[in-house]
Amino acid sequence: MTHTVTTRTRASRLATIAAVLLIAAGLALPAFVDRSMIKDLFFILTMLTLAQYWNLLAGYGGLVSVGQQAFVGLGAYGLFGAAIVWGMDPVLALPLAGLFALAVAIPTAFFAFRLAGAYFAIGTWVVAEVVRLSIAQWKAVGGGTGTSLPRSVQADMTGTDFVGTLFGVRSAAAQDILSYWLALALAVATIGGIYLLLRSKAGLALAAVRDNAEAARAVGVDAGRMKWLVFLAASFGTGLTGALIYLQKGRISPEAAFSVTDWTAYVIFITVIGGIGTIEGPIIGILVFFVLQTLFADYGSTYLLALGMIGILVMLFAPRGIWGAITDRTGLQFFPIRRRLQKTPRPEP
Amino acid sequence: MTILELDHVSKSFGALKVTDDVSFTVAAGEALGIIGPNGAGKSTLFNLITGNLLSDRGSITLLGRDVTRISPMQRCLMGVGRSFQIPQPFSNLTVFENLVVAATHGRGLPEREVTDDCVRVLEQTELLARANQSAGSLSLLGRKRLELARAMATGPKLLLLDEIAGGLTEGECHALVDTIRAIHASGVTIVWIEHVLHALTSVVDRLLVLDFGRLIATGACDDVMARREVQEIYLGIDV
Ligand SMILES: Nc1ncnc2c1ncn2[C@@H]1O[C@H](COP(=O)(O)OP(=O)(O)OP(=O)(O)O)[C@@H](O)[C@H]1O
Ligand SMILES: [Mg+2]
Repeated sequence: MTHTVTTRTRASRLATIAAVLLIAAGLALPAFVDRSMIKDLFFILTMLTLAQYWNLLAGYGGLVSVGQQAFVGLGAYGLFGAAIVWGMDPVLALPLAGLFALAVAIPTAFFAFRLAGAYFAIGTWVVAEVVRLSIAQWKAVGGGTGTSLPRSVQADMTGTDFVGTLFGVRSAAAQDILSYWLALALAVATIGGIYLLLRSKAGLALAAVRDNAEAARAVGVDAGRMKWLVFLAASFGTGLTGALIYLQKGRISPEAAFSVTDWTAYVIFITVIGGIGTIEGPIIGILVFFVLQTLFADYGSTYLLALGMIGILVMLFAPRGIWGAITDRTGLQFFPIRRRLQKTPRPEP
Repeated sequence: MTILELDHVSKSFGALKVTDDVSFTVAAGEALGIIGPNGAGKSTLFNLITGNLLSDRGSITLLGRDVTRISPMQRCLMGVGRSFQIPQPFSNLTVFENLVVAATHGRGLPEREVTDDCVRVLEQTELLARANQSAGSLSLLGRKRLELARAMATGPKLLLLDEIAGGLTEGECHALVDTIRAIHASGVTIVWIEHVLHALTSVVDRLLVLDFGRLIATGACDDVMARREVQEIYLGIDV
């Protein structure tokens, strides 16, 4: 009798098929829907991606950051800088923008990792403020008031012509479709990448550290390295997403790009009400958030207050979020990571 | 060959001296027992050996290498496996996954290479039937076995057991002792802290007695237990 290990479940097999169909549908969608729908989907996909990275940090790495807006802003400004100062093609500059965020994440980690718990959270927020104030001094990209991407830069973007011809639309619509495709690719790569990470030996170590850091160290887990891995990956991804968001907006200012409400508070809300520490959680969370945003965003501060209330209620009555409540009742898992040991009978001779 | 050497090791918590100038060596293949009253500093000594605590003074040598200041993770990779006095399972992982963490990280192996070894350890520690159960749901005996299994999964040369038989019934204890004896017979060096003396002396060749952080006696089990100061201090008997 030998043994094999599997993580698959029936639901996950169905989820794989559903995911492939969804991605295909997502790619084809611009042929069937109007521009405002594409913009909504862009918003959903990018917020989902940000939420997945925050979930990786806080839910899996135990690093509760409230300064992720620093990396959104850095990525966005990295992109504007590369396009305006160096005249780079913004689509090609996206990865560079992620690296820009990563470069600041390294010294940030050296500082913030000396702090624990609430102090870590405050530390990340302080770093974000410092970064915002510093970027506001960068005159080439508009200083404190901000700037727009030059029209010529946007129109000449790699892929715009191709998309325009493919769907028979004008340049501005083609740019939206292109941004949407990039957001779709980024969301899929992020979810897929995080899922692969969680299923790997490193993911198992993350779970072990979360359960018991001292015992994890005693069995050879490099807990410090895991923190670095998670923090740097999340910063790079958050920076890349920030760059894409502002590529689509076409206009940037320090106030907006480093907004703690837009890029951290909403993202935490999405993750927490959906279910922290699961991949499914932020997916549910973004759908709920989008509905609330569409229906009530016009109510201004009342809306924010209501969001806060909903967040608190969910934390009180369903501390593991909506998805947590669903799995507790049904055992459903679309992204299973639990390894099961199975006996494999020897084949008949 | 010497596998472990402590040379004038001391550790204090504030004014409390918990390890007081302790020196001893453990030979490869040996089984050494450590006894002493509650609070004598036995678990602290383990934490110093594994690196979960750093000593204030003295040096610790493992397989000929000075490890006094290196991390628990590196010591684990060098071959130190330990069980915790109060079981510390990774509660949200399954029993099998607890072992996979230890086997992959404790030995630096890719995941696909450790399955067979983990299954062997599960069999040896009688946990195979519980492999897919979450570790948090185990009984006390199950948790004690998991402590042993997880330490074994790291492929230790030196196995440190901290009161692994405490709190078990006579029958449970007996089965666990058989497992430990088999592990020792397979060539693993064992240092075992235990209050359940008959279990301990049925496995170890040599005893070491701690009291108030000091090493007060060492030698063959019978000789040590016959010593007047050991009986006075450890058993609280006026002889
Ligand atoms: N982290 C710590 N900080 C302060 N004091 C500690 C710490 N760890 C242990 N001590 C104290 O050090 C002394 C020795 O503790 P230790 O756990 O090593 O004893 P022990 O011999 O293992 O006892 P037992 O048989 O009860 O397990 C005790 O007085 C304990 O309260
Ligand atoms: Mg103890």
